[in-house]
Amino acid sequence: MKFWRKPLDSDEIEVTIGEIHIIKDRCKGCAFCVEYCPKDVLELSDEFNVKGYHPPYVKNPDQCLFCKLCETICPEFAIWVTEKPKEEKKVES
Amino acid sequence: MNETLTKELKLPEEKHPMENILRMDRIPHIWCSTCGIGIAVTSFAIALEKAKIPLDQVCVVSGIGCSGRVAGYVKLDSFHSTHGRAIPFATGLKLGNPKLKTIVFSGDGDLFGIGGNHFIHSARRNMDMLVLCINNFIYAMTGGQCAATTPLTANTSTSPYGNYEYPFNLPHLADSCGAVYVARWTALHVRRLANSITEALNKRGFSFIEIICPCSTIYARRNRLGSGLDIMKFYHDNSVIKHGANTKDLDIGYQSKIIVGKFVDRERPTFLDCLNDWNRKKFGDKFREYGGPDD
Ligand code: SF4
Ligand code: SF4
Ligand code: SF4
Repeated sequence: MKFWRKPLDSDEIEVTIGEIHIIKDRCKGCAFCVEYCPKDVLELSDEFNVKGYHPPYVKNPDQCLFCKLCETICPEFAIWVTEKPKEEKKVES
Repeated sequence: MNETLTKELKLPEEKHPMENILRMDRIPHIWCSTCGIGIAVTSFAIALEKAKIPLDQVCVVSGIGCSGRVAGYVKLDSFHSTHGRAIPFATGLKLGNPKLKTIVFSGDGDLFGIGGNHFIHSARRNMDMLVLCINNFIYAMTGGQCAATTPLTANTSTSPYGNYEYPFNLPHLADSCGAVYVARWTALHVRRLANSITEALNKRGFSFIEIICPCSTIYARRNRLGSGLDIMKFYHDNSVIKHGANTKDLDIGYQSKIIVGKFVDRERPTFLDCLNDWNRKKFGDKFREYGGPDD
């Protein structure tokens, strides 16, 4: 995400990092999660699931901010996010 | 579900966080790819959690249609009633046990086409319930007939040359009949929708939220509007948030701007308040207030 200026409190804010879970066979390939993820984390894959749809895969796992928008907008209950424990977090430069 | 069937279906090992309120043995659901009803269900689940209502006090009533399937997928006390009769069914539930939180989850065709009369009278009496209406502008499950909400000029299977009937403006109808909470959101406004449902769940009286949803299989296909994703993009570019807008101005034309927001939030005595007050006035000490089966 690009800021037009550096937020004043950016040192104090701890950025959460999410871990994405996808149940591929439940997905119907609508691409809502891919389109509306603010960090461009997901992309539709070329593989087919049992229903013949293309489920998404995690393209940029480090970028996920645990905003849960993909989880909320998925009509199939196929994708959700959990917060990564703190020690695994990387410091963003 | 018996064991062999579960094995064949191979229920996934991992658990979606919403599994406590969904009947997972029935998922995947029947809704088409890119249909917005699933998003509305997620928003509803988030709202239930936020509103902190004990789940054993919540009941969901649906009518018939694609949206009517919601009652079958939520792991709450839920009832799939007959076409158009979700509101009278919920009224019975509420009066039978006023401690329940009754939610009607149904479609525009069911609530306003077949069951329109029930809607106006429940709103008039201010029956304590929340009505969530999925509006996809068409009778989707029965084959795409023209509904009471189909915008002018839209193509449906019973208006193949375009619709010439004026549609309902649902928030205006709810407002003028006396609903205490009226809002409209699209399937794209997931977070605002969840907040709105939370607010409405904590409200006493007749609350109404219209949820505009993409129906890619019927409405979008007949009108060549593209996929569900195209419709979500259309919502993104064409919805205008106007809280407190005059409900008279909320008509939706064919592919026109959609005004969304919270339009009405007021207080009025509910049906049961009026019943109790009036009878106390009439009969004094002889009247015992009606509060539910335990009283
Ligand atoms: S949680 Fe947010 S950032 Fe992470 S994948 Fe989902 S939408 Fe993208
Ligand atoms: S939103 Fe859900 S159903 Fe749609 S592509 Fe993503 S995971 Fe699949
Ligand atoms: S027909 Fe339309 S409303 Fe019904 S499930 Fe399919 S997309 Fe959804």
